[in-house]
Amino acid sequence: MSRNEYIPFLSRIQKVIRHTKIEYTFRMTYKGEVKPGQFFEVSIPKYGEAPISVSGIGEDYVDLTIRKVGVVTNEIFENQEGQSLYMRGPYGNGFDPADYRGKELIVVAGGTGVSPVKGIIDYFGNHPEEVKALHVIAGFKSPKDILFREDIARWENQMELIVTVDASDEPGYRTGLVTKYIPDLQVSDIKSAAGIVVGPPVMMKFAAAELLKKGMSEEQIWISQERKMCCGLGKCGHCRMGSTYICLDGPVFNYTAGKALID
Amino acid sequence: MGRLLNEKAADALMERLQEQYDVFAPRLFPGTGCYSDTDVVRYGQISSLSEIVWDKKSEYSFKETLLPISDTVFYFTEDEVKVPDAPRKRRLIFLRSCELCALKRLDGIYLKNGFADSYYERIREQADFVWMCCEESFASCFCASMGTNRPEQYEAFARFTDGKLYLEAEKGLLKELLEECGQDGFGEEASLNAVYPEENQEKIEIPESLPEDMASHELWKEYAGRCIGCGRCNFVCPTCTCFTMQDIFYKDNPKAGERRRVWASCQVDGYSDIAGGISFRKNQGERMRFKVLHKISDFKKRFGYTMCVGCGRCEDVCPEYISYLACIRKVNQAAKEARTNEQK
Repeated sequence: MSRNEYIPFLSRIQKVIRHTKIEYTFRMTYKGEVKPGQFFEVSIPKYGEAPISVSGIGEDYVDLTIRKVGVVTNEIFENQEGQSLYMRGPYGNGFDPADYRGKELIVVAGGTGVSPVKGIIDYFGNHPEEVKALHVIAGFKSPKDILFREDIARWENQMELIVTVDASDEPGYRTGLVTKYIPDLQVSDIKSAAGIVVGPPVMMKFAAAELLKKGMSEEQIWISQERKMCCGLGKCGHCRMGSTYICLDGPVFNYTAGKALID
Repeated sequence: MGRLLNEKAADALMERLQEQYDVFAPRLFPGTGCYSDTDVVRYGQISSLSEIVWDKKSEYSFKETLLPISDTVFYFTEDEVKVPDAPRKRRLIFLRSCELCALKRLDGIYLKNGFADSYYERIREQADFVWMCCEESFASCFCASMGTNRPEQYEAFARFTDGKLYLEAEKGLLKELLEECGQDGFGEEASLNAVYPEENQEKIEIPESLPEDMASHELWKEYAGRCIGCGRCNFVCPTCTCFTMQDIFYKDNPKAGERRRVWASCQVDGYSDIAGGISFRKNQGERMRFKVLHKISDFKKRFGYTMCVGCGRCEDVCPEYISYLACIRKVNQAAKEARTNEQK
């Protein structure tokens, strides 16, 4: 008999990092193999389950950055350090550092789209010798929506980092969409570089278009898709696009395959 | 060789069957149809073989014998989860050829698409199947076009002819029980062939390949105005397998409850909604396209065989009289036009 994949395990909350009023990172106890961009189904009995992507990886923990926008996530926010949540996973393919090693890497991420790719930014930030150069453009709606401020402070010294907000009443912030900053990136050899684009569907489309305009080919770009998932196991059907199951075949896709997916 | 059973002999067999099996078959549920004072034929447990409905197509498919409409995944209390026990008895399921073919589609999703699903697997391993031969085709069936008018494989088959039940089993428990019935003098030895409709009134052609822009073809627009998104087509379909997770808690003890998976429909609002108010197919035309292309093309790309088995139930059940067959014909026409344009 196959293992019952639906049964969650209890995981203790090690730390809660508050980014904005509605976005916290929960540092969850977890020992095991996990890749950036993979996801866990996080649940609280009575309220249900939600798929949450891994935004950071440590020796005995995974970070899950959660946005308080639904029944399950509202309830998750009621929990504090020392309490526990139910989890199952990790699921999905995730980002493979090997795809980017030795290359000049450009990461373009928007809003909560920074979460799935944050593990990759952290990894190459801490192992700068493994890439030729690392450029990161992170976009948020407004200054109060900026996530991972502590990490951003560290990244400033580790890579070429551009943080931008769509609009700001406060001075001292770059403004404009992420796509605005792609043309000016100084890339030594665009033909051998790699790009990762994660964010809302429209943002991914236009950011990828900018990278293509810059001279990249589709094979050099990776994206990560977010869809409804009730199982994470290729059964519930909600995440299917054509013949592709985002939970099994993704959520990370090379752009050659990713751009052809139709909802 | 098999046995031809009159009612008394069928009862004798059933008595023996029930020691080993819960027996499921299409049967009549009086007064529980869609409209007031109407009956419905669907799959349920039977206590007599005479309950099997032969002369009508069941309105719902056999899938609920393996995948309940609402299935408890686990019970929870404050700090514990418990998986419900598997059904104690094996299941003997009487079903049509198209449905035996649909079984292969359910196996595809539940056993071969990523992890094997332990709930489906444990009930599937406990199930034996008897092919109910269709003496003739029902209205809206198009199994011959789909190649599902006869099963790829079967271990036992049944026919109902001249008021008698004929059963033949190649192997297994049913074969043994039929032999036992013979030794005890129930029924007559006979040898009937398995029959199936060679053709149906409805015939369709599934396009071998679809134009790349099929998803954005204007034919889907029609359904935006016609479909009301009730999801009945999905619920009657023997090959639709989607579900949604649902947590419920007990009123008298709110700290305990169940996580369930319940049937879901890609035609109903909310199916693709994610946090933050994003939904991916808002329009019923897009949802129709999503469903139809899965049935005739997308599933095949992944598993190597077509999903639709041609039972025609979605055709029968639609309250808006949307014809799936007509839709396939339009898709086929569009595919042909695209090929002609290519050659020009």
